[in-house]
Amino acid sequence: MVGYIGPNGAGKSTTIKMLTGILSPSHGTLRVAGIDPSRERTRLAQHIGVVFGQRTTLWWDLPLIDSYQLMRRMYRIPDARFRANLDRCVELLDLSALLPVPVRQLSLGQRMRGDIAAALLHDPAVLYLDEPTIGLDVVSKAKVRGFLRDLNAEAGTTVLLTTHDLQDIEHLCKRVMVIDHGRLMYDGELAGLHEIGESERTLVVDLEEELPPIAVDGARVVRTEGPRQWLAFPASASAAPLVTAVASAYPLVDLSVREPDIEAVIAKMYADRATLG
Amino acid sequence: MGDGLRAYGFIVAMWVRSTLTYRASFAMTVFGSFTATAFDFIAILLMFSHVDALGGYSLGEIAFLYGTTGTAFGLTELLMGSVSRLGHRVRDGTLDTLLVRPVPVLVQVAADRFALRRIGRLAQGLFVLVYALFVIEVHWTPVKVLMVPMMLLSGAAIFAAVFVAGAAFQFVAQDASEVQNAFTYGGNTLLQYPPSIFAKDLVRGVTFVLPLAFVNWVPALYVLDRENPIGLPQWLAFLPPLVAVGCCALAGLAWRAGLRSYRSTGS
Repeated sequence: MVGYIGPNGAGKSTTIKMLTGILSPSHGTLRVAGIDPSRERTRLAQHIGVVFGQRTTLWWDLPLIDSYQLMRRMYRIPDARFRANLDRCVELLDLSALLPVPVRQLSLGQRMRGDIAAALLHDPAVLYLDEPTIGLDVVSKAKVRGFLRDLNAEAGTTVLLTTHDLQDIEHLCKRVMVIDHGRLMYDGELAGLHEIGESERTLVVDLEEELPPIAVDGARVVRTEGPRQWLAFPASASAAPLVTAVASAYPLVDLSVREPDIEAVIAKMYADRATLG
Repeated sequence: MGDGLRAYGFIVAMWVRSTLTYRASFAMTVFGSFTATAFDFIAILLMFSHVDALGGYSLGEIAFLYGTTGTAFGLTELLMGSVSRLGHRVRDGTLDTLLVRPVPVLVQVAADRFALRRIGRLAQGLFVLVYALFVIEVHWTPVKVLMVPMMLLSGAAIFAAVFVAGAAFQFVAQDASEVQNAFTYGGNTLLQYPPSIFAKDLVRGVTFVLPLAFVNWVPALYVLDRENPIGLPQWLAFLPPLVAVGCCALAGLAWRAGLRSYRSTGS
């Protein structure tokens, strides 16, 4: 499962459109499952599933089940396989009550689950998800993520996900690609992104009383608010010696450690690039 | 081609089934469509209550022109009138969702929201045609009899080409559905009247530039034994099938060019 991230206008959706054959690349070559997408768009369609977060592939005025029946005939899905795939999606995405409902009456989260099921009925080898959690509430997001994780693990479907929600990436993707203005800036493990970004963890300490900023080795105070202080230290360093040092010199009430925010890491990458460029 | 027709068939079947869920509402919209289009002919009937001929043509002859174009156009509008909504899909980017399916886009666009109520217009055209066949005084020969179904099929194909070419234009100009309507619905209205009442330049235009005259005027003049107002020979009456094939080929090329120029929308 690959996460594909970048700021607005970086070219994420354009990439998906080229990979599905909607747009043809102006230079270079492109192959998906051995097929040139823009030349053999309709043949490729049998091998891929696409979910656009911003627009539905379902038939707006028809009940959900009718859309699935149309998909079955369009993709010439054998009956037994169709039944099996539909049953699995209905169960895992909790769709049974929604099947007779016209798509236009579904909520955004329900529609998204319906769309994901529609993209999987023909057993695609590759699934593209363009912002699949955009605008969803926390419960819907969790449902969608859980389903995708299982799909990737069990069916072995390749999933390419673009998103603005970095939690999607943290929950789902091992491999991350970051692009900006069409240029690949990072391709590798999610963990590696932290190192590249030279990110920092934060130690939040609550003191007995309001004090001037704490002075300890290996950390610096980035913020104070009454008796609470925020200390930044390198993500690669251990928090234990730092906690000991603070506790021995200051009246400590409570503390917590915050992991680096991937969002901040990426923002830093873009900022660095902007100053370099 | 076979695949495309099969896909067209099942998409249309789905829409028809969903339309027929509300039978009463469906019956009323068909009746409405029949009545609304019938007013065109009622206007002609009213005219004939004051005059005996229009441009030298009797009521029966005009009904023949009206019925042939009405039937041909009604058939095309029923089968692929939905393509005129392509501009919306281009503008809001929902065309993308059609492009990722294993069925030709033109088929999906033509079958999209298939509106069975349009059968009202077709029925009305046929109704007037049958009326005309009863009242016109024509010396029928086998060739003239065969000319009638040939006109209807070629005419429908010519209108289909105009619909597709108009849709192709909407890839470039997304608000152009009105331009398209001018040639489709406008063309149908034009052909309801005899060519003798129009300026010769207009008749030349719809003969040589946008060959709508081959839908009914040119072959109907042969059936009715009338002179061509711009002096063209009678054998042209046998050309509509060829003209239709040519138009469809050109429209097909235009469609492909349009589809290639599609650039989607942001996000």
